[in-house]
This record gives sequence, C-alpha cells and structure tokens, in this order.
Amino acid sequence: MRLSDILSKNKSALLDMWFEVMLKAYPADTAVFMRDQKKQFANPVGYTMSSELEKILSGLIANAEINSFTPHLENIIKIRAVQGLTPSQALSFVFLLKDIIRGQIKGDMSVNEHELKEIESRIDSLALTAFDLFMNCREKIYELKANEARNMTFRLLQKAKLVCEVED
Amino acid sequence: MAKFTAKPNELSKIDYTPPKTHWLETPVEIREHMFCHAAKPKDLETVGFPYGREWRPNDEDWKLPENWKTIIFEGMRSLLKKYRSFQVFMDICVRCGACADKCHFFLGSGDPKNMPVLRAELLRSVYRGNFTLAGKILKKLAGARKLTANVLKEWWYYFYQCTECRRCSVFCPYGIDQAEITMMGRELTNMLGLQIGWIAGPVANCYMKGNHLGLEPHTITSSMEFFLDDIETITGIKIEPTFNRKGAEILFVTPSGDLFANPGTYTAMGYLMLFHELGLDYTWSTYASEGGNFGFFTTNDMAKRLNSKIYAEAKRLGVKWILGGECGHMWRVVHQYMDTWNGPADFLEEPVSPITGTRFDNARATKMVHIAEFTADLIKNSKLKFDLSRNDHLNVTFHDSCNTSRGMGLLEEPRYVLKSVCNNFYEMPEDTIREKTFCCGSGAGLNASENMELRMRGGFPRANAAKYVHEKYGVNMCAAVCAIDRVALSTSFEYWVPGVAVCGLHELVGNALVMTGEKERTQDLRLEPLPGKEVAE
Repeated sequence: MRLSDILSKNKSALLDMWFEVMLKAYPADTAVFMRDQKKQFANPVGYTMSSELEKILSGLIANAEINSFTPHLENIIKIRAVQGLTPSQALSFVFLLKDIIRGQIKGDMSVNEHELKEIESRIDSLALTAFDLFMNCREKIYELKANEARNMTFRLLQKAKLVCEVED
Repeated sequence: MAKFTAKPNELSKIDYTPPKTHWLETPVEIREHMFCHAAKPKDLETVGFPYGREWRPNDEDWKLPENWKTIIFEGMRSLLKKYRSFQVFMDICVRCGACADKCHFFLGSGDPKNMPVLRAELLRSVYRGNFTLAGKILKKLAGARKLTANVLKEWWYYFYQCTECRRCSVFCPYGIDQAEITMMGRELTNMLGLQIGWIAGPVANCYMKGNHLGLEPHTITSSMEFFLDDIETITGIKIEPTFNRKGAEILFVTPSGDLFANPGTYTAMGYLMLFHELGLDYTWSTYASEGGNFGFFTTNDMAKRLNSKIYAEAKRLGVKWILGGECGHMWRVVHQYMDTWNGPADFLEEPVSPITGTRFDNARATKMVHIAEFTADLIKNSKLKFDLSRNDHLNVTFHDSCNTSRGMGLLEEPRYVLKSVCNNFYEMPEDTIREKTFCCGSGAGLNASENMELRMRGGFPRANAAKYVHEKYGVNMCAAVCAIDRVALSTSFEYWVPGVAVCGLHELVGNALVMTGEKERTQDLRLEPLPGKEVAE
C-alpha cells in the first residue's frame, strides 16, 4: 500500500495525535477546553489550531506544494508566538509529526522507505517555513511596539511645535 | 527574550507539559511583555497616592512598606464594609465555571489564572483565610491561603491582566461582576504604591491639566487647527469652533485621544463637521477636556475626583446640558457612577435636541447624551443629508465597545447610524457582538506598548471574528465608539488581520455628510481619494 493511502486512511487518528502534541504546551484544564469546545468563536485558539492542522496534513498527504501551507502554518504560529512559549516549544509540533507518522506505520512492512523519506523531507521544509514565520511574528510584535512609541512621540513633538513637516 | 532550550537531537525527549501542581502552589512568574512599567513616584505624589517609589515588576524586591500586610488587611476590611457587592462577590461564587472560558485573556493565552473564576479566587483565597471562620479553621481545605509577598505579586500580575470588560459577568448565573473584583484588587495594590505608569501618568495629567495627555489649552486649540485645515481642504468650508464659551447651550466632552491619536482624530473631524452643519450652539472646553477617566482604573475616589470637572465646567460655562463623544469607559462612568459621585446636576436641564426637539429622558439624571443617540435622532428625523457612495470603498463592521454595550446598553443607535451612512455593513458573528462582544484586549489602562504580547493574546478573540468577516465579506473597516478601541484594535488587527483598518462612527458620518456650501469632494477625512475620484499618477 502506498504511504499516502495509509496516511489518508488514518488521517483522523493522525490528526488527533498531532493536535494532542499542540495541546501539551497548555495546562491540563486548558487542554481539555481547547480539545472539547468545537465552536469557532468560543474557542478561537483550539479551533484555529485544529482546523489549520487538518489542512496542513491533508496537503502533505496530497503532495501539495509546500508554499500552499504557509497561510495555514502562519495562523497557528501567530498564536504560538504570543503565548510565552520558547521557539522550540512553539515549533516542536512540526517535527513531532514525523514521530506520529512513524508510530502509525510501525510494523507495516509494505511502507516504501523512499516515500517515508520524501514526506519527512517535506515536513523538514515545513519546519524551515515555520522558523521564518515565527521570526516574522516576533519581529512584528517589536515593530508594533516601536511604532506605537514613535507615533506618540512624534505627535507630541508636533503638538508642542518642536517639530514640523515640510509643506507641499 | 525567549531562550532556545534544546539541541536538535534532544528535541523529541523534551516534556513540554506544564507542571501539574495545584494553582495554589504554582508560584507566579512575572514575564516580560506581559506587564506594564511601574508608576513614576511623582505621578503618584501629584494626586496623593501613597508609597511612590522606584521599583520594577520583575525585580525580586518590590520595596514594599514594612507593614504592608497590615495595610492590605485593613484595606480589605474597609472595602468589604464599604462595598456590599464586594462582600457578596467574595461569598457567593459556587465555582460553576460558566465564566471560565468567556475571558478573552484566557481564550488567547490558555493560562488558567486568566479564567475569571480563578482570577477572583486569587483574592477570595486570602479573604477566606483571614475573614471567614471556615477558612481560618479548615485553611486549605476551605480554599484559604495566607497572604505572602508571592501572593501579592500574583494579584498584581493578574489584576493587570483584566480589562474590566465584564463579558464574564454576562454569563455568571449569580451576576458576579469580575470587573468589580479587579477594581478591588487594584484598589488594594494601589494602597502599596503598586500602580502602573500607563495609568498613573494620565491620572496625574488629568488632575493637573484636565486631560490624560496633559494638553494645555493652547495645545488643544492648535491641535484643532490641524483638523480645521484638513476639513477646509476636503470641503472648502472653514469651521470656527468655540472654546470655553460661556452661555453656549451645550458643552461637548470627548476623550482627549480624539484630539491626538489616529484614527480618533478623524472622528473629531466628523464631530466638527456635524456640529457646523447643524449650526449647533455648543462649545469645547480646554479644562473639561477629557471624557475618559483613568482614575476609574485606580480607586473609586480618584475616579470621582477626575469626573467632577465635567459638571464643574458645565456650571461655570452655564450650559444647559452636556453632549459626550465616542468613548468606552467614559460612558460606563457617566451612566453608572457620575450622578452618585458628583450629582445631582440640578443646575442643568433635561437634554432636548435643539434640532429635532427630542427630549432625551434617558439622560434625565446625568444630563449627558451620547453622540450616537444624538446623531441617530437627527437621522430618524431626516435632519441630515448623506452621500453614501463616499463610503463605498469601505466594507464596514462594528465592534461593540465593552463599556457602551454591557455598561449602558448602547447597541442599536451606532448600528442605525452606520447603516444610514454606508452601503456595505456586515455584522461579526453573533457570539462576538452586542452584550457578548469581545474586548479589544487593551482596556482598563492596559494599552501600553511594553505589554504588547499580553495585548495580542487578549485581542485575538475579537480579531478572530474580524478575520472571519474580512475573509467572508471583504470587510476592510471596523468602526468603534471608543478611543481606546480605535488605537488598540488598529495595532491588534495589524498583527492578526492585516487589511482591516479601524475608524470611529463619526468619521464615516463626516465622510457621508452633505454640507451646505461644500465643494465637490474628492477626498475622505483621511485625505485619501474617494471612490471614483482617484487621480491617475
């Protein structure tokens, strides 16, 4: 059986395991809430993470272009980047998908080693994209802080008539 | 700065699960980007707040006064006696959990101590241990604990992670108002000088100069000149508002953010245009030049002191009634506290619109009318002409501000105005609007920059709903009737949902308003080209 067929068949179980990996970053009560509350606006973090993981996993199985995962990965990483997690904590979920896949196919002699390497290599590409996105998010946070401070200072100076702009 | 903790080959061996200790035994970790800087001593001294000193929240030693525990216990006893609601809220919670998942900070962070029930429990546990018989005898079994320096730090950290938005209280079967518990927590920590700079600075400014930004009269008028020049450029009409004019019929009071912070400044232009078109007999004041009240985020007494200037100025100028601009917590204060604190305003008249003759009997007590009510009444009585096409480049949604929706029930008027001035209006999902609206994540004095990570966490539930309408309907503008919202959501959306800008209600009114004698408009209030009026480069 082709690896993609095996993964397709077990997508739901894989997804549950992958989502559990994400939830490990949160205290137990929070994890229960994020897992069990399915409404998009009542549980925005849990909903975003689970729905975007699903899209990424489907894309991986369907051999979709790696770039097409970026918006989905970004929606997850934007959240993780402001939750006080270290970069390794925030991004480990990407790498741990390899463990989950290997666990799922353990003992299945029909799996083609080449296909496995192929998907693992794609997960590595995903991880590199995740690094870029995480850095973008952290830089954005600092940019927002700097912009707020700069705008306020400039307006104050302008009001005090200590600075002026060149007129058209 | 977060530290990378693992070498690549160790990655799979790391246990990311947080410690499974009971919350009572999990010590607080004061984290960077989550708190605001400490207040400057001079700002506290200006208004007579105690124990102003140099200290830093992430220092081990907070330089507390020696008898700090006595101060807290005596303060708590006094607050319990003074506010029956506080006593009731300490006693009646059954920990049903209805509030637990309703807080935007919990939803965005996953930190259980952001669950309103647990945030309140931080205070309740000390209350039980020291003010109830069961707590004194059964101690931890009754959920009681001792007051320690670490507990105090935990109070401070988490009571400055609550925006007093009161969403949780909408869902509480007992009607426990978490905002009031946070207020008590802040009153208590304030007794030890543990104030934040972002609140203490505006409070001191407001006390000395009349507004949070410390703008002096000449600065306010020169600031207005900018707007008047822009309005003249856009409409060809020169507006000449008056300041501190005795004998005017109406005193107009708005948050000073409208005069200073984009995009609130465009809202201020909208007010000026509307009042000019109506020929309203009104005046601005450079003394009562702040509708907002950051004192409300410190102590009840300070809020009362700052609020008193509005009636004092109305009396001095001899106006008949007061019209209030777009602000959030200003209206909770006006609606729920002002009359008790500084009323009765029996020197004012029950507000009557000079244009429509409508009597605002809802404002009989305070004599103060919200501008959304005032404008909605004008539209209902066909007193204004609009060209809606001027807002056609905007697909607009409306963010209910916590204080105007939950604090005063202002739900329909802003929507009525919006639908009258723009063609494209889309609501965000039902559970995220009206009484159930999500906070911007930066209210109650938390819109500093140093706590940006906290603000982004708290802002996520609102931004998530905005993202939904952005993707589904192409929404590119979010209107809000709150000065803090306008600033905070601009930053929040830039992170979470780029492509959605933020405006005030009266910016859109100003855009659409057809003014007598105006030239053909080619620009909106932001001096950007109107739809169809773009000039080819």
